[in-house]
Amino acid sequence: MYQYDELDQSFIEQRVAEFRDQTRRHLAGELSEEEFRPLRLRNGLYLQRHAPMLRIAIPYGLLSSRQLTKLADITRHYDRGYGHFTTRQNLQLNWPQLADVPDILADLATVQMHAIQTSGNCIRNVTADHLAGINPEEVDDPRPYCEIIRQWATLHPEFTYLPRKFKIAVTGVKEDRAASQVHDIGLHLQRAANGELGFTVLVGGGLGRAPMIGHVIREFLPVPELLAYLEAILRVYNRHGRRDNIHKARIKVLVKSLGPARFREQVEDEWRAGRDHAPRLLPQQIERVRGCFRPQPYESLVDIDALAGRESAFLAWHRYNTRAHRVPGYRAVFVSLKAHGEVPGDMTAHQMESLATLAERVSFGLIRVTHAQNLLLADVRQSDLYEVWRKLAELGLAMPNIGTLTDMIACPGLDFCSLANAGTLGLARQIQTRFDDLDYLYDLGEIEIKISGCMNGCGHHHVGHIGILGVEKRGEEWYQLTLGGSANGFTALGEVIGPSLPRDEVAGAIERIVETYRAERLESERFIDTLRRVGLKPFRERAYATHPEAA
Amino acid sequence: MRHILKRREILPDDWYHFGEDAPVDGALIVPLAELRKDPERWRNWSGKLGVRLSVDASYDDLTDALARLSLVAVEFPNAGDGRGYSLGRQLRDAAGFRGELRAVGAGVRQDQVFLMSRCGFDSLELAPGEDLEAARRALHRYDVAYQPGSAATSPVVTIRMQRYFSANTS
Repeated sequence: MYQYDELDQSFIEQRVAEFRDQTRRHLAGELSEEEFRPLRLRNGLYLQRHAPMLRIAIPYGLLSSRQLTKLADITRHYDRGYGHFTTRQNLQLNWPQLADVPDILADLATVQMHAIQTSGNCIRNVTADHLAGINPEEVDDPRPYCEIIRQWATLHPEFTYLPRKFKIAVTGVKEDRAASQVHDIGLHLQRAANGELGFTVLVGGGLGRAPMIGHVIREFLPVPELLAYLEAILRVYNRHGRRDNIHKARIKVLVKSLGPARFREQVEDEWRAGRDHAPRLLPQQIERVRGCFRPQPYESLVDIDALAGRESAFLAWHRYNTRAHRVPGYRAVFVSLKAHGEVPGDMTAHQMESLATLAERVSFGLIRVTHAQNLLLADVRQSDLYEVWRKLAELGLAMPNIGTLTDMIACPGLDFCSLANAGTLGLARQIQTRFDDLDYLYDLGEIEIKISGCMNGCGHHHVGHIGILGVEKRGEEWYQLTLGGSANGFTALGEVIGPSLPRDEVAGAIERIVETYRAERLESERFIDTLRRVGLKPFRERAYATHPEAA
Repeated sequence: MRHILKRREILPDDWYHFGEDAPVDGALIVPLAELRKDPERWRNWSGKLGVRLSVDASYDDLTDALARLSLVAVEFPNAGDGRGYSLGRQLRDAAGFRGELRAVGAGVRQDQVFLMSRCGFDSLELAPGEDLEAARRALHRYDVAYQPGSAATSPVVTIRMQRYFSANTS
């Protein structure tokens, strides 16, 4: 993984000192809450329902054992002994004290971590495919480019006060596990016919209030031009994005109102005009960062039969929670943070520490966070799988449900978030309880449920096969269902299927939806494919069949 | 007399804003609308001349006048409105303006001046009530930056080029 040099280190230490001073001025009454707000947001600090919430950046989801151990320490010392992994591959603390935050940031800095730009109207944590670097079909590893973008975006003097938040994702494979088509900018690594590396550039995707799929504005951008082109896009947005209405301030609204063709023209003009001044990536810079992401020192192994003679629980885990690896003798192992009855994405300090130790022993001391709120040990020897399973099971991290219906994404919802209209965690639990039978889950196969507690869509409900959106009605929590969304490769936005439902009726409606799938599916057809083939109608009818009273 | 931060020092301001009681040959900052209303008058102004741009102005608006101007002031209406940072960059880079580039308005605060100076603003007229000395210190909060910029802070890329790659850079 990327290692800070002393420049990176001295930068984050200076950042901590700056925020310590700003917090002191705020607590001394020299900075009003209104003045302090944009400053604390750019250091990851929200004021939430119960307490402040601190969002710690995990750049493109990559953690070392040492960092995960430090995170465990921090949650114990400053919080309540657990943290929540998010869809942006970050970690949120729900209960820190405002006055402690500078100390937390100082502790993070000792392990090359920070909370810079994890909130506020600026460039956020850059995300990548969680299988980056071990993917057989990959054009190139996206993480070095994410790191280069991270550095460029960090306290970018021109783009720290944008009209609205700005999210960038990079992917190196066709099967888009980074949801890059619903980002402000999506970058797809490509290799041209002559072997040159570059990016297809998409702009204007996004979820939230008006979900949109990004438009390709450049088919091929050579790698050295990456930052110059990003600057051109951001400059057009910073100058012309709307600032009068927070709901119309994302770049997708600008792209839509200008039209992708005119937007592209403006970007290309700006790119040409800024040519002499914009940063150009030098081969040495790229190589230095790429050097940090070289393949691990893999042993020379052959694939083995890890399953022979093992119990069925291990076989199920192996089937659902592990994935093929580029290198013979290895597999990638998901660490499920979706145990039934637990909050999706939550992890205790004890689990963090134990996993860090395990990763040290079996996966080169590295842990990845996926955007589906699970973790991943990317490089596990097949001969270690059984032991890893036993250890994960002991820690409550081996729920064999990756990719199934109960591997749900959920934002923190009304329990924690001050923006939310409705709870998500209790609902997630109700659904898990309803679908607790593993054989039934396996029969249903791959189904993605995504739950957001409000229109902002942090739970990515628009791109869930089944999306659930919390809405508030007459002071009560109701839920709107969408069907047919997808963020992988073929990105599509789900359609609302009918009036919203009270909480206690949601799990039942979902059960009727998946029963419709079981009735309609052709042999081994996935839920989403059946849905696309037969259309929404039968699903809609069944979902509401017994609920004429739903308003 | 008003004091400003100029080239990282606290100095008395030798400019007057339009509407202030400027001497006939004084250095005067005129709003763009005034400049356009009576171009003849300002062409013949005997002192130094500057223009004040609102944050939604475009640098194209100045192309004809830029050569005559010793100062361009960009208005930052509040701390959250970041358009002025891009306008500053465009004035320096695309329009090639080499005179005094000044940030003015309620958004010029000690927590923003570092960013402004890195976008080419060498003159900072702080919002009323801001502590000039604290703002001066704030310009030194960071001694490295990840982006090339127009102030004294060294870009990381440049240092790394010297440090790691000096053997074969051309």
